[in-house]
Amino acid sequence: MVERGTAIGIIYTALKGVLEQAGLPPLASLTEETVIVGKDAVLDSLGVVALIVDIEQALEEHDVSITLASDKAMSAKNSPFRTVGVLADHVLQTIAEGGAS
Amino acid sequence: MSDQRVVLITGTRKGIGRHLAETYAKRGFLVEGCSRGDAGWEGENYTHANLDVADEKAVKRWISGVAKRHGRIDIAINNAAIATMNHVLLTPAATANRMLEVNVTGTMLVCRDAAKVMMRRKYGRIINFTTIVAPIALAGEAIYAASKSAVVTLTRILAFELGQWGITCNSFGATPIMTDMIRGVPKEKVDAVVEGLAIKRLGTYEDCTNVCDFFISPASDNITGQVLYLGGIT
Repeated sequence: MVERGTAIGIIYTALKGVLEQAGLPPLASLTEETVIVGKDAVLDSLGVVALIVDIEQALEEHDVSITLASDKAMSAKNSPFRTVGVLADHVLQTIAEGGAS
Repeated sequence: MSDQRVVLITGTRKGIGRHLAETYAKRGFLVEGCSRGDAGWEGENYTHANLDVADEKAVKRWISGVAKRHGRIDIAINNAAIATMNHVLLTPAATANRMLEVNVTGTMLVCRDAAKVMMRRKYGRIINFTTIVAPIALAGEAIYAASKSAVVTLTRILAFELGQWGITCNSFGATPIMTDMIRGVPKEKVDAVVEGLAIKRLGTYEDCTNVCDFFISPASDNITGQVLYLGGIT
C-alpha cells in the first residue's frame, strides 16, 4: 500500500535526481505546487519522461508495477503530471485502478 | 547488484535465440530468456520465463522481476518473432495482426521496459532482429517483411530517443539460417535467396553471435541506429 506521503516523497526524490542528472541547480523550494508540466515548469519534455520512468522504477521497490503514461493520462485536458501534488494523486489513482499497463 | 552482465533474450526455446542464450550463458553472462512455453532445455546462468512478448503486462512483470533479482540489465536482444509465408491475396487480417503484434509491438515492449532499467546505470545495448527479406522484397513474405521494416524504423528512432542515457539500439538481419522458421519455405525459394547474396551460403548461428558481439561490445558505444545485413544485402 502506497500512502500519499510516500508518493510525494518518491516524486520529490525523483525530481531532485532528474534535475541533478540534467546538470540543473536544485530548486529553492520543492512543494506540492511545484510545476512539472506547462507554464513555469521546472523540467523540459525529456526531463518529464525521465521523471515518470524514475517514479515507476521507485514504485517497483514498493512492489507496485504501474504505467503512469496511459492514453487516458496523455490525452487528459488537465495533465495529471502538471504539479507534484497532482502527479501524486495520479499515482494513487493509477494504483487503485490496478495499474495502467 | 550482480557483478555479472545481464542479458535479456527473447525467443530462446530454439533456433538463434537458444544458440545466443547458451553462448552468452557459457561466457558467464546472466541470461534471462523467454518464450511461449517451457524452454525445453536448462543451463547454468540461464533463467527462463514463459510469456508472450506481445502481452504488455507479462513483459513488464518479467523485466521488473529481472531488475529486482539482478539490479541491472545490460543487454536486450529481441529475437522472438513469428512468420508465415503467404501471398498477400491469401493472408487473413488476423494473421497479419498477430505478426505485427509479436514482431513489432513485442519488440517495442521489451525495448521500452528494458530501457527503463538500463537508464539507471546510463548504459545499455539493444539489438533488434530484422530480416534480409525486407530489403530484397521477397515475394510471399509481405507482412513478415513489413513487420521487420517497422522494427528497423523503431530501432533507428529509439537510438535517438535513448541515446542520452547511454543506450545504443541497433538492428541485425541475418541471411537464411535453417531454423524452424524457414524450414517450411520451399528449398528452391531459399536457394534463390542464397543465389542473390554476395556470399552464397546459408547463414549460421555463429554469424549471429559475431554481430551481437560487435553491437554489445563496450567499445561500440558510438554504434547506434544502424542496421547490419549479412551477405552483401543493404
